[in-house]
Formats: sequence, structure tokens, C-alpha cells
Amino acid sequence: MTPDNSPKIVFNRPKTTVAPKKNDQIIVDDVLENVNFRISSKAHIVLNSTICEGCSDRRCLIACPASLFVETSNGSMIFNYENCFECGTCYLVCNQEGAITWNYPTGGYGVDFLHS
Amino acid sequence: MTKDHNPNVEWDVIVVGAGPAGSSAAISAARLGLSVCLIERGRAPGSKNLFGGVVYPAILSELIPNFLEDAPIERAISRRVTMAIDGNRSTSLVVDNPNWVDEIPNGFTVKRSLFDSWLADQAVKEGATLLNATTVTSLDRSLAKNAKTLVYTDRGDIPLSAKVVIAADGANSFIAKEAGLFSELSSHHYTLGVKRVIELDETTINERFNQPDSLQGTDIEILGCTMGISGGGFLYTNRSSISIGVVLSLDSFSKSKVRSEEILSGLCNHPSIKDLIKGGTDLEYGAHLIPEAGKKGWPELYSDGLLIAGDSGFMCLAAGIWLEGVNYAIASGDLAGRASAQAIRKGDVTKEGLSIYKRQIDESFVGKNHSRFQSAPELVMSPIVQNKMPKLACDIFDELFKVRDPLPKVGIPKAIFSAIKANKISKKELIQLGIRGFRSFK
Repeated sequence: MTPDNSPKIVFNRPKTTVAPKKNDQIIVDDVLENVNFRISSKAHIVLNSTICEGCSDRRCLIACPASLFVETSNGSMIFNYENCFECGTCYLVCNQEGAITWNYPTGGYGVDFLHS
Repeated sequence: MTKDHNPNVEWDVIVVGAGPAGSSAAISAARLGLSVCLIERGRAPGSKNLFGGVVYPAILSELIPNFLEDAPIERAISRRVTMAIDGNRSTSLVVDNPNWVDEIPNGFTVKRSLFDSWLADQAVKEGATLLNATTVTSLDRSLAKNAKTLVYTDRGDIPLSAKVVIAADGANSFIAKEAGLFSELSSHHYTLGVKRVIELDETTINERFNQPDSLQGTDIEILGCTMGISGGGFLYTNRSSISIGVVLSLDSFSKSKVRSEEILSGLCNHPSIKDLIKGGTDLEYGAHLIPEAGKKGWPELYSDGLLIAGDSGFMCLAAGIWLEGVNYAIASGDLAGRASAQAIRKGDVTKEGLSIYKRQIDESFVGKNHSRFQSAPELVMSPIVQNKMPKLACDIFDELFKVRDPLPKVGIPKAIFSAIKANKISKKELIQLGIRGFRSFK
């Protein structure tokens, strides 16, 4: 047997000569475009700015699934109530007594899920 | 002034929340001849609701025997996959059973906006009055013992009045909290579900999930896809969309500094999942709390003039292989409606008079399953199950199926034990897990 003559089958996994395609990452601002909200003129969630300013943890920033908590340049906190899923995560993860006053929006307002 | 808001109208029962628990309560109370007002804060029932989702309808068929005629079903589950993910690998247990869709399906997917509206319609057909777009702001229970609970809403200052209030106001349980029915409440009793609904045409879904038609659907439950945070993932097929999401233990998640959409992105990009959803367009995105603590998180379910049903009573069963909620909501709502009727008929709606509800819950599958599996949620969320089991499962099957010629095969027991050893799981841990597993699920 002459090894040189035998056909050589090589399974070649394409090595990374081409950069791997960037994975799709969910961008919250983009996916929020697909969600229906009936926006009330009144905020249903209100932050106590004094308490929030003194908070170093700010778990709400990362935990809010709609990314609605924002730190301003002067270090204070803002909550954009318009795109709220009304889930309750923020007040449950918050470790600052009295920082978040959480109510449901006025009847008929707020998030309006159609496909979930 | 409409009849609904006439303060002179005294309702027998006011149900807060037209989800599966509330509407079921309204159905059975109205059937038993009570006057029922069903209050929903959403534009329509279901508009505030988001779930994984599968409805297990065995109990629904007892409440509404002909539900198949018009219930808005997406797909009946005939394929159930349990998947363990580790890195780019996965190991799955696949159960294909077309018989599950015969007659009454074992489980089916729905869109809550359609399903919850349909169920509330059934309550209206039984004679209940549905008040949409009305948020309950507080209760005045000072006369509750005397069969008069006042329900304040955001529609004017005049409260509604009822002999019994059934709180089916969902996972945040504000009514039960305000009434002081929870002995302990913290974030570790909850998980956060984050879900993405992706639109795909019916035939593509049928092909990708090996489904013969658009009536049959797939349910994939996933462990090991939550970046070290306690939780899991899911994928369900609807008629022409896919629901994909992650469920995260709120405690573990809030300390993790990882965002929920990053975790969900990771699942969507996993090689075992990616191609199932590719080419689809995002239809909706959302999040909802799940009261997953099981019976250990239950509040007191009754008080003077007040009953608690469904998610507000923590009745989701999140016991690993069983992930159910709507069925427990329907059953508890139904029992709450019946208990109200009994108590009102006897003229005693005090805590004592309404205690029949708790007894009936305990005697039903709701109480029995929750008691039996009360340790299961904790075990499923434990570090060993969450962090070691998915990798172990993948390692064991990797070891078994990898041909290592010229090395001789080691045999199945050795393959398993060396995988256990490689994962640094001690004998003690293994035995403890075995005992806990046996106790939690026996």
C-alpha cells in the first residue's frame, strides 16, 4: 500500500480567516419599539431624588428589563415611566427604603401586550 | 351614572384582576347566582399579562367543558424538550408525543391578550360585569366582617361595595400585601421572566420543529443558559411566532451586574437555538415577575371579606420539570368563587366563614401539589443544580459518544463517574443531592 496514492479526505473546519459574524445582541431601545404603550400624562412610578442620590448600589440601573433608570451627568437618577412593563423588579431589588413609590398606571394606560 | 359605578349597588363579589384566576372566580361565582363585578386595570383582559407560555387545560375543561370550540389556542404541545446547555454544547431529552394533542390537549400555547379576553368573556356570558381600564387603588375593610368591603378605583371617588373581594391582582399582590397577609416577602421569592416574541411564518416553524402541521407545537425548557444566575430559559412555538425567554432568580440576578437582555441574547445566539429563530422579526418584548417560591411563599389566602387567588397567592408551580401557573390560577379562582357563594349563603363572610376556601385549596391538586413539591423550587435554583448539572450532563454524554480509538472504551459507569469527578462534585454532595432530589420530588 502506498500511502501517497490514497486520496486524502480532510475535514477542515474553516479557521478564522474571516471574522466570525457578530452575534445579534438585543438592544432594548430597539425592541421597545415593538411594544405598545398607552402613555398616561401621570408617572406611576416616582423616585425620591434625595434617597436615590445617596444610593451607591443602584441595582435598578441594571435590573430594570426595559432600562428605564438613567443616571444624569450630575449623579441624580431619572426614571422614564413611559416604556415601563409594570413588572415590579425595581422596587423589589431596591435596598433603599422609600426610594421608589410604585403604583399601577391609571386604568387603561401603560403597557399593552398583544402577543405575549 | 352607570350601574357599575352606582354606590347603591352592592355586589356579592368584586373580583380584582381579569386574569385566569379572576375570570375563573367570576365564572363560578356568577354560575352560583351571585352578582359579580370583575375589575381589570388593562385596556382589555390580557393586555397586562405575559407568560412563558403553556396552558395545561385539564382543569379548564372542568370549568368550561367545550372550551376547544372557541378558545384562542396557538399550538398544542406535542414535543417537549428538556435541554442542558454548557458553552457551545447542549444535551437534550426530547419527548415527541402526537397523542398529547388528541381530544383535550395536554398543554397548548396562547397569547394572553387573546386567551385572557376569551376567558373573561366566558365570565360575562355567565352574568358577570366586566369593568375594563379600571385600577383598584385601595380597599376599605373596616366593615368587612359585616359583609361590606369598599373597593376604591381610579374612576371617581365613590367606592364600589361587595360582600366578598377576591384578589386576583397578580404577582405583585398589592391587595394581599396591604391586608398584611404575607408574613415575609423578599426578592428571593420571585423570578423575573424576560421574553421576546419573534414572528416567523407557520410553515417555517413546522419545518424547523419537525411538526406535521400548524396545530402542533414545541416546548423547550433550558437549563444552563443564564450566565451563572439561577434560572432557566424557554422556547415555545405559537402559530406563527416563537416565544423565547429567560427566567432569572431576582436575588441572584440583582447582585450579578448582568443585564437581562444580555442573558437572553446569549440564549438566542446559542448554536442549538440560533437557527430555530433565524430570519424572524421581533414582534414584541416584555417582562413579568413570577412568584416562584412555591408554597413557602404563600400568603394567608383568606381574611375577613377577602380571598386571594392565582399569582397573588403565589400559586405558580415552578418545580423543575413542571412549570405551571395558569392551571393553578384557574383552579384557585374557581374555588374562591365557590367559597364566596357558600360563605354568602351562610351569611358569614368573616375569616372564619371564608376559611372553607383554604380547606378546599388544601384538598385540591393545587394544595396537594404545592405541599408535595414545596422544596422543589429551592432545589432547582440551588447552585449545584444550576451551576454543575448542565455541564455534567453535557460531559457525560460527550464522554459516552466520543470515540477515543486507539484508547479502549471505559464503559458507562466509569464514564459517568469520571465526569462527576472532573466536575469536582464530591460523593457527599452527590448523596445530598440524591436525598434532596428524592425528598423534593417523591
